[in-house]
Amino acid sequence: MSEKQKKATAYWKENVRYLFILLAIWFIVSYGAGILFKDALDTIRLGGFKLGFWFAQQGSIYIFVALIFVYVRLMNKLDKKYGYDE
Amino acid sequence: MSVQTWTYILVGITFSLYIGIAIWSRAGSTKEFYVAGGGVSPLANGMATAADWMSAASFISMAGIISFAGYDGSVYLMGWTGGYVLLALLLAPYLRKFGKFTVPDFIGDRYYSKTARMVAVFCALIVSFTYVAGQMQGVGLVFSRFLEVDMDTGVVIGMVIVLFYAVLGGMKGITYTQVAQYCVLIFAFMVPAIFISFQMTGNPIPQLGMGATLNDGSGVFLMDKLDGLSTELGFDEYTSGSKSMIDVFAITLALMVGTAGLPHVIVRFFTVKRVKDARKSAGWALLLIAILYTAAPAVSVFARTNLIDTVNNKPYADMPEWFSKWEITGLIKFDDKNGDGKIQYVADKNINELDVNRDIMVLANPEIADLPAWVIALVAAGSLAAALSTAAGLLLVISASVSHDLIKKVINPNISEKGELWAARGAATVAVVIAGYFGINPPGFVAAVVALAFGLAAASFFPAIVLGIFYKKMNKEGAIAGMVIGISLMLFYMLKFKFGIFDGGKEAVEGLKASWWFGISPEGFGSVAMLVNFIVSIVIMKFTPEPPENVQRIVEDIRIPSGAGEATGH
Repeated sequence: MSEKQKKATAYWKENVRYLFILLAIWFIVSYGAGILFKDALDTIRLGGFKLGFWFAQQGSIYIFVALIFVYVRLMNKLDKKYGYDE
Repeated sequence: MSVQTWTYILVGITFSLYIGIAIWSRAGSTKEFYVAGGGVSPLANGMATAADWMSAASFISMAGIISFAGYDGSVYLMGWTGGYVLLALLLAPYLRKFGKFTVPDFIGDRYYSKTARMVAVFCALIVSFTYVAGQMQGVGLVFSRFLEVDMDTGVVIGMVIVLFYAVLGGMKGITYTQVAQYCVLIFAFMVPAIFISFQMTGNPIPQLGMGATLNDGSGVFLMDKLDGLSTELGFDEYTSGSKSMIDVFAITLALMVGTAGLPHVIVRFFTVKRVKDARKSAGWALLLIAILYTAAPAVSVFARTNLIDTVNNKPYADMPEWFSKWEITGLIKFDDKNGDGKIQYVADKNINELDVNRDIMVLANPEIADLPAWVIALVAAGSLAAALSTAAGLLLVISASVSHDLIKKVINPNISEKGELWAARGAATVAVVIAGYFGINPPGFVAAVVALAFGLAAASFFPAIVLGIFYKKMNKEGAIAGMVIGISLMLFYMLKFKFGIFDGGKEAVEGLKASWWFGISPEGFGSVAMLVNFIVSIVIMKFTPEPPENVQRIVEDIRIPSGAGEATGH
């Protein structure tokens, strides 16, 4: 395998690892907190909100936005590390 | 000034703005027509994507649907935002690097097959046409209510405006009008939301007001009051809902994956300069969408509480002016069953006397809350912006599918750039006329078919694209089989359980609910069809030849962000 290919493979591996972590969070806040464990979380209150309901209609959306911006930062750093930025 | 005058002024100003932008940004080349020249800034593209994505359904219908569905409405909130995470992480950067004009372009090249391209064109056309008909209906609804013109005339006015800037400016014209339309629609949605939130809870931020205590000195939380009112009248508790957990799960997944697979959203990411811009603009798009999507559930709570407070057990004769106005349109119906002159609004169908169309919750909300005339007019301008921006984006996908994927790539590869540009304009014109026809003569199944569009996109495009990027060995046999079987399964399930085709028609649908597979509704079945697509693709791939060397190199190349260059047609 050439040097160039090795670099590309290493870059791809790190990228995929980021994707797994970010998508795990994506899954937990929406399908986990907002659906599967909604009833249990609803016993906890956040001001006027029941927590599970809050995740389903507010919280998960805020976290989605944050996830994309975190991804943008991580990838920009990764691009620099491997010299793929432009 | 009256609501009517304000509406004419605001709609007039916004429409002249859109036309002005269209004239300023005419498209001169196919590249400008398909991808706006490929030099749009991430923020501008984010705004355009947000406007493109938020349709009449998001603006007018969603808060109303949630108002009546309570927790069950969460499927739309999570489903239509969570899809952007998939889009940003799994699709947008790689498709931008690939650098072509359309989604069928990617499918056709990655799977080195004309058949794959044609399957993709077919899916793109079906998805986009069903969607655009719904937008035209939205335009007609707003015109007929706020400008008091005939619904059909309203649709025609909308058609002419869209035709003007979509045909003239292509993607370039559409992008910059969508930026303006985003500003109009978000302002129009937030102003009444802020007013009402302040009125009811004393907190001007609707997202917080939703969870705050009422302004009447009682110290009761708004959500608790609504839960109490709902159960008192025999409805499900607002924060609990009535759908089964597996169905909520499946619908949310189908909408998320469907969102990520919609061609008119994906194509927006071809318009930015670099791969990193594509990632960033997905972030901007979701942030700008989230402003509306987190305010909408608050509006639902406000509107629902206000509605119950205003109408329940109140004498019909004391109803405010808006009540009779909406009664004329048939969107509010009152039938005094027990003859006591009062309105009974309860869950029990035999006693309930009031029927409220979900779509008017947002449109009538400012009137119900007694807000100034200009705010009510603003909502009209905002809904038109939402409907027109989405319609324009969809028309572009339709015209590009015809002129680029069909004519240039299959029928006549020698067509000149100028000829292709004219073909694109011609296709857009025909598409507007067909969309307008469906807007005026809506087939009864429009709403049902819009839900089908997400299922179709989830069952067809999403697996093919994701596998195309993340699985180098995926070959054309696997991808084509996956798409065809995924879509067919989805169509079969919809026909069987949504339209009752195999069991004697519409009347049978209710009775078939018990035999839903895994208890999943047709709206959520896209997620099952998507899984089937993935499995079929991988199994078939194992028994068929590997993709050629040069295709595998393409896949390696799209994984590297640098050197994206400009989108090309060749």
